[in-house]
Formats: sequence, C-alpha cells, structure tokens
Amino acid sequence: MKGELLLPHEYILEMNGISKEYGGNAVLRDVSLKVRPGEIHALLGENGAGKSTLMNILFGMPVIHATGGFKGEVLVDGQPANIHSPMDAMKQGVGMVHQEFMLIPGFTITENIKLNREVSKPNLVSRILGQELESLDHAAMAADARAALDSVGVSLPESTLVKTLPVGYMQFVEIAREIDKQGVKLLVFDEPTAVLTESEADQLISVMKSIASRGIAIIFITHRLNEVMQACDTVTVLRDGKLVGTKPIKETSLVEMATMMIGRGNEGMNESAARSQPLSGKTALKVRNLHVAMPGENVRGIDLDVMEGEIIGIGGLAGQGKVGLPNGVMGLYPAQGEVTLFDEPLTLNDSAASLKKGMSMVSEDRRGVGLLLEESIEDNITFNAMQIKGEYLMGPGPLKIKSGRQIRQHADKMIKELDIRCRSAAQPAGTLSGGNQQKVCVAKALALNPRFLFVSEPTRGIDIGAKKLVLDTLVDLNRQQGLTVVMVSSELMELRSVCDRIAIVAEGKVVAILPPDAPDADFGLAMSGIKPDNHQAAGQAAAEGEQLP
Amino acid sequence: MTDVNKRDKTIAAVRGNVREYIVTYVFLILSVILVIYSGRPMTDILQQVMGRLSRNLFVVLALIIPIIAGMGINFAITIGAMAAQIGLLLAINWEIKGILGLLVAAGITLPLGAVFGFLIGSLLNKMKGQETIGSLILGYFANGAYQLLFLFIFGKLIPLSEKVTIVGATGVANTLNLTGQVGLHTALDGLWRVPFGTALYGVSAIVLLGAVLLFAAKKMSRNRFILLGAVAVGSVLLYQIPAVQKAFSMANVPVVTFLVVAVLCLFNVAIMKTRLGQKFRAVGQSRTVANASGINVNRVRVIAIMISTVLAGWGQIIFIQNLGTLQTYSAHEMVGLYAGAAILVGGASLNKATNGQAIVGCVLFHLLFVVAQDAGRNLFGDPAIGEFFRVFISYGVIAVALVMHSWKKQKAQAELSR
Repeated sequence: MKGELLLPHEYILEMNGISKEYGGNAVLRDVSLKVRPGEIHALLGENGAGKSTLMNILFGMPVIHATGGFKGEVLVDGQPANIHSPMDAMKQGVGMVHQEFMLIPGFTITENIKLNREVSKPNLVSRILGQELESLDHAAMAADARAALDSVGVSLPESTLVKTLPVGYMQFVEIAREIDKQGVKLLVFDEPTAVLTESEADQLISVMKSIASRGIAIIFITHRLNEVMQACDTVTVLRDGKLVGTKPIKETSLVEMATMMIGRGNEGMNESAARSQPLSGKTALKVRNLHVAMPGENVRGIDLDVMEGEIIGIGGLAGQGKVGLPNGVMGLYPAQGEVTLFDEPLTLNDSAASLKKGMSMVSEDRRGVGLLLEESIEDNITFNAMQIKGEYLMGPGPLKIKSGRQIRQHADKMIKELDIRCRSAAQPAGTLSGGNQQKVCVAKALALNPRFLFVSEPTRGIDIGAKKLVLDTLVDLNRQQGLTVVMVSSELMELRSVCDRIAIVAEGKVVAILPPDAPDADFGLAMSGIKPDNHQAAGQAAAEGEQLP
Repeated sequence: MTDVNKRDKTIAAVRGNVREYIVTYVFLILSVILVIYSGRPMTDILQQVMGRLSRNLFVVLALIIPIIAGMGINFAITIGAMAAQIGLLLAINWEIKGILGLLVAAGITLPLGAVFGFLIGSLLNKMKGQETIGSLILGYFANGAYQLLFLFIFGKLIPLSEKVTIVGATGVANTLNLTGQVGLHTALDGLWRVPFGTALYGVSAIVLLGAVLLFAAKKMSRNRFILLGAVAVGSVLLYQIPAVQKAFSMANVPVVTFLVVAVLCLFNVAIMKTRLGQKFRAVGQSRTVANASGINVNRVRVIAIMISTVLAGWGQIIFIQNLGTLQTYSAHEMVGLYAGAAILVGGASLNKATNGQAIVGCVLFHLLFVVAQDAGRNLFGDPAIGEFFRVFISYGVIAVALVMHSWKKQKAQAELSR
C-alpha cells in the first residue's frame, strides 16, 4: 500500500476479462484480478472454481496454449505481458511457491536455491566448448543463498542437505529461491500452509508480510479463511469460473467470505422422495480414529457414525481426505484405526474381508479401479460376486466354471433396472459412455447384495442427465431396499439434494456434520476447517484486533 | 555415557555401510574363497587381474554419467563398442599402424558414437523409467543392424581390402588380427610398461605430493588428507614384505593406458563441478523439479548418453588393442553386461555411482573371472561349472540391483505418503 504512490501504475498485475474453455466447457468466464504492489491478495474458491486455471494462464503453462489459449488481457506493471511459458513469467518477475515442494532432496539448500541459475566462472574448457562447462562458483552461490535465507528468517546453514530438513523448512527454502530471482515483483503462494504446523504457518505469514513490505505483491491461494483474515489486504473469490467479488479484508468477515465461496443457496435442489418410515436409529458403521495413507488424500483420524438406512454425505475440498475414507475402510489403501460394521469389528487392509462383510463400493476411479474395460458388461457386473461369494458358478468342487446363463439373466435384469444404455450385455464396458459405465459400477457393487454401500464421486465426469439418473438410483435403493449409503462427493449441491446428513472433512478429519439445509456459510467455514458454531470466536482470534468493529 | 553413545554410533555406521555395500562384501568373501580353491599362484592371478583391469576399466567408468543423470545402467554402450569396431576396421583396412592407427579409430568413433548416442538418448527419453531395460534391448536390436553393415554394406558398397574380407565372398572376416604386420596389438599398452613396484612408488609419490599441496592450500579436509597419506605410505610399506613383492613380480603396468583411465576418472569428477554436471545431478534426482526450474530435461539426458556412448567406444578400442584380435561379430556383445555387472559389484546402484565403486567393482569382478574356472575344476571336477558360475553371477547381480532399486523406490514412496 505504501509503494502505491511511488510506482507509476496502481496495479502490478491486472488480469482483465479472462475467459477460458476446455473443449467447449467454460471454466473461466470474464474473470478479473487486480493486484497492487506490496499487497497480499487472497484468492479463494472451491475446487473447480477456476483458481488453478487462472494461475496456469498467469504462468503461461503449456496446458493453456495446447488447448487454444484464452480470452482477455494480462498486464504486468501496466504493460501487456505476453506470457507463453513459465520462463516468460519468470522474466516478467512472476514467481510461484509450489504446493508440493519443487526441491531436490539430495542437494544442499544452496544448490536448490540456485538450481539452473548457478553462479559460474569460465575455465579453459568452457572457453572452447561453451557456458555449459563453466565451473561452479560455490562461494558466490553460498553467499546469495545466505542472503535469501536471511530475508525469510531461516538461520540454518545454507550447506544443509534438503532431505535432512523438517518439512516446514522446505517451504521457506522454496520462498528463498523465489526471492533470490532477480526482479521478482509478484509471488504466487499455492496453499503454502497445507503442510505446516501452526507455529510454522504463523512464521510463514510474518515472512509473507515482510516480503510484501518490500513492495513485492503476493497472491495467496488457501482454503483457510482464518489465515486470509490474518494475513491479507484484499480478497478475490471465484465460484464456478465466475468472479464473485473482490473486497478489502477490512470490509468483510469470515461468514461473508464463506458465503461468497459456496453461495448457491438452495437453488436447483431436487427434492428426494420422502422416506416411508423413520430410521431405526441403530448404528451401521462406526469409525474411530481412522488413518489412511492414500497419497494426496490422507486421512488423519476420522471419527464417524453412520446410521442404518440413511444416506450420509462426505464433502470437503480435494486433497483433504474425504476420498481416503471409503478407500481406507474398503482396504484399498493402508489404513489404521477401529472400524465396526453392524457391531462386528472389521479387519482393515483386507479388501476381501470388507466385501464379505456385506460392504460394497463404487470407486471414484471408474476406469482404473471400478471396471475391467476390455471385459463385457455382464462379466464386470458379476465379477466380484463370483470371486467373493462364489456365485454365478457351476460344476463340482474346484472345477467350477462360469455359468453363462445365470450371468446373462442377472446382467439383463440390472441393465433394465438401472437403464444402462447398451447394445447387449456382452458389449465391452470400455465402449460405454461415462454415465453408463458408472451405472455398470453401481450394478457391480449391487451384485454382492450389500448391506452397506460406499459411493465415491459418483457423478464425476458424466453429463447432467446421467448425473440425475445415478443419483435417483441411489435414492431409490435407499428408500426401497433400506440400503445404507455413504456418498463421497466434491459437489456440495449433490450432497445437499440427496443426503440426510453431510459430514465435511478438512485436513483428514471430520470438522462438522451438517444438515443439508444448513446455511452456505456453515459449509464454507467447515471446508476451511473451522467448526461453524464457534466461528464467531475464531474470527475474532484471527483478526487479532485488526478488524474494525 | 558418551563412550557408549560413540560406540553405538560406530556400530550403527558400520551396519549402515554393510547394508549399503552388501553385494560388494559378498563378492569380496566369495573371491577370497575362490582364490584359495583355485590353487593358482598369486603371481599368476595378479598378473591376469592387472591385464584385465587395464583393458576393462575404461568402459566401466563410461557408465557413471548416465547413472548420475538418473538413466540407470546404459547397456546401450554396446552400440558405442560397435562404433569403435567400425573405427578399428577402417584403421586396419587403411593399414595405419601403431598408436596413430588407434587414434584414427578413436577419431572415427567420436562422431559415430555421438550420433548413435543422440539416437539412443532420444529413444530413451520416450521410455523414461525403463531406460535400463530399454538400453539392453536397443543393444540387441543394434546388433542386427551391425551385422547387416559388416556382412553386406562393407565390401559390397564400401570397398575394403582383401585382407579384412571373407575369402571368396563379400563381408568382413570373422576374426581380424591386430598383431604382426597390422601393428595395432598393444599399441597403447606397449608405449611404456613398468614393473608393478615402480608404478606403485610413482603413484604413491604423486598421491602424497598432491595431498600435501592441496592440504597446504586448504582445499582438502584434514581427514581426507590423513586417509590419502596413510593409503600411499601404507601400500609402499606393505610392498616391502617379500611375499607381497613376489606375488606382484609378474604384474607389469601399462602406464599410458592407466593414465588414460586416470584422465577419465578426473573428467567424471570435473564435469560434475560444472553447470552441466549440476544439471546431470538435478535431472537424476528429480526430473519434475529440474523441469520446473527451466532445465531442458530431455536435452540433458541425451547429452549424458552421448558422452557415455563415445567413452564406451574408446574403452572398446583399449580392450581390443590389448586382446590383439577382433571377433568382428561378437566382440561387442557382452560389453554392456560385464561392465554393468562390474559397477554394481562395486556397490553402485541404478542411481548412484562413483569412480571408486567402478574401480573396486572392476577388480572384484575380474578377480572372480580369473579364478572361477580353476576353482570350479578343483571343487566340482568340472571347469565348466566355473563358467556357468560367472555368467550366473553377472546376470544375478544385475537382477538384484533392479529389484533393490524398485524396492527402495516403493519404500520411499510409502514413507512419503505417511
């Protein structure tokens, strides 16, 4: 804010009227982002809101230009910036601190900071064969690294190997590397606090403030609303590829930001059929302190009770662990903790045991885990039932063979019931459309006659009509057969239209269990890890008196 | 307390060392046993090992750069060897004698090896993560093209003198003799040979002098200085024992050959201290990170393979001039396999290798080769068993290295997601 008067342009970065589509699918519509020198600017939004696409455009990532470029203009320092590759962005003084560390573990801090920007001096060979063979000037490199480390407040020796550093420090090395680059004007921090402890996050925020005070602007992408209140000057919120608004932090509040993020109200909710009889009130699945090691979706201690006969939704942002829950319980990824199903303890890490107990799952990875794409629809549907329960087989003892007639009968029945559009039950599953593949996955899960069904991201990548059909099928199964369903989805709208209750998962834990008609703000807060009923207090703590009453 | 701690630390360090170099230690023990059972006099064994070292070490050292660049063991050095054989064939054909002939062959190998290396590297870039297997298969594939070249294109399209073609037919003869009139046999080795003792004194003096100078200039750590000094002085003292002196009495050292090897060792170290070397290391450890920092990963990988291929070709020239005959259609076949096995025996892995490991591995591997046949005859009454044994060991070591590599990778990944 101080630099504003000194610099010729009010904004260091202006992205005006940005639109982008991938294959006819609009992911950004007329979005604008303006960042002043020396300000910390929060960029908020759910998954799929368009944050990463906007940043990919800023960095000229190949994926943007390989898919037909974008509409709109990008100005850096008031000048049109033609950014066609990450290198161009670097030359314009735009840097990125990555979410997953872009560091080489076997290198020292110095080597990492100066990677591909090494200080070198010519030698005999390099004078003939070129710059590539110049010798490294380790002393000069160490001096540069030291200066950069000092500016982010890290006192560790610059010759330390990165792999021996605590995770929190790696983030600071990343920042030091960006600062060391010449003429950096704007830094993008992509969810930098996700892997940090609380005190490390505090240190990070003070480092960000000190960088900003030197006139470098920061775009801070995060889902932790508290940190936005604490660190930022301005916030821009995106939703469904559209700009919801840009506001000074002083003029907004936690609740308002949460509402802006979610903000669909109850629009377009399709009412599910009413339940004919009330729930029994018995517990179907009891999960205590569950940890799941699923890369990118780690679960860190979930407690959850699922009632018999209900549809419970599991929501939350990507990477927070919601998908890890079904995969852990079903034994697809290494898990630890206590799980009981209908009062019987469940052996974890054994997918056959989970299936035998009467659980079944429709995987989020339809083409990878859910289906054998080359096989026919009928074989896919009956595969688990054959392997786990020994059904659809005939013949004596160990010499059993597939019973083609039974399989065909069952498959035809399912095709009719779920309305799977296909030529015949013998058609390979891979040739079906996404929605119909998903229905085959549901049929496959149902062939086991489960008492308990996990459905993970059931509508991912299928068109709207098919989405409705899949959801209706789930509701029908629940209402007519009393099947207990746990539905994991990134689409909050879907969860709200189908579920009895919705558990929101953030950072590997259940933050809150909300009724589907809870206010938007509650969902938004829960997704950023704040329990909705005490957000008042959290908001005040975060603002630390900076916020005007 | 501190003493106990110190001892615990030492024990832990020794354990870590044994675990990391388990293959090397197993080989060491195996070699000692087989040396004893072979019943051959030490003079004979050491003479043989010295000869094999001088002709094989260069090729093994050519493997280091691709390993550091994260491309595993470049079995496609076989193709570098083919380039060298084209060079040698032409040198023989043009009747260029002595060291000049070898230089001409090396000169032809340089552009050929570079072009082949470029092609190999470009192909390996299309199969990232499978370079080791990919390069192995490429070597086999190239063998077909090589036969076509030597059987039909040479002689028919490119005229050759009668001396090197199959009598009464086209194509290059099965065996090319480098001795006698041709004058290429030991053209490099024979330039300057000294007895082992002389060489030992010379090398020790140079090492000691270098260490003192570097230490005085504060470019070497104290520990390293003491270690080098002790090795130099110690080996000279050890050599004073008559039995040791006797054992080495038959071994003589081709000075120039070993100087060439030493230059390659220095090159391997020096290049890692340049911008390019830093890129090799960065690409080897993480292609994603290297790419994110603007390094052209594919280009760096191609350069690594080009260097390796050319060096392997030169190594093959050293090998053939030492042997004295060129088996036109088979001399290159086992180059990659034996060199790869040797460096793994020395404790290298698919992503880590040093000069020291290459040298130690080469010594142990060839020591085993020298004694395996006799030990087989003495232990089982059949020399063929020794032969089986060494083939078994070559493939076995490579298989173990591949398994260890993916095992370690999985373990690291599991730890990462924890």
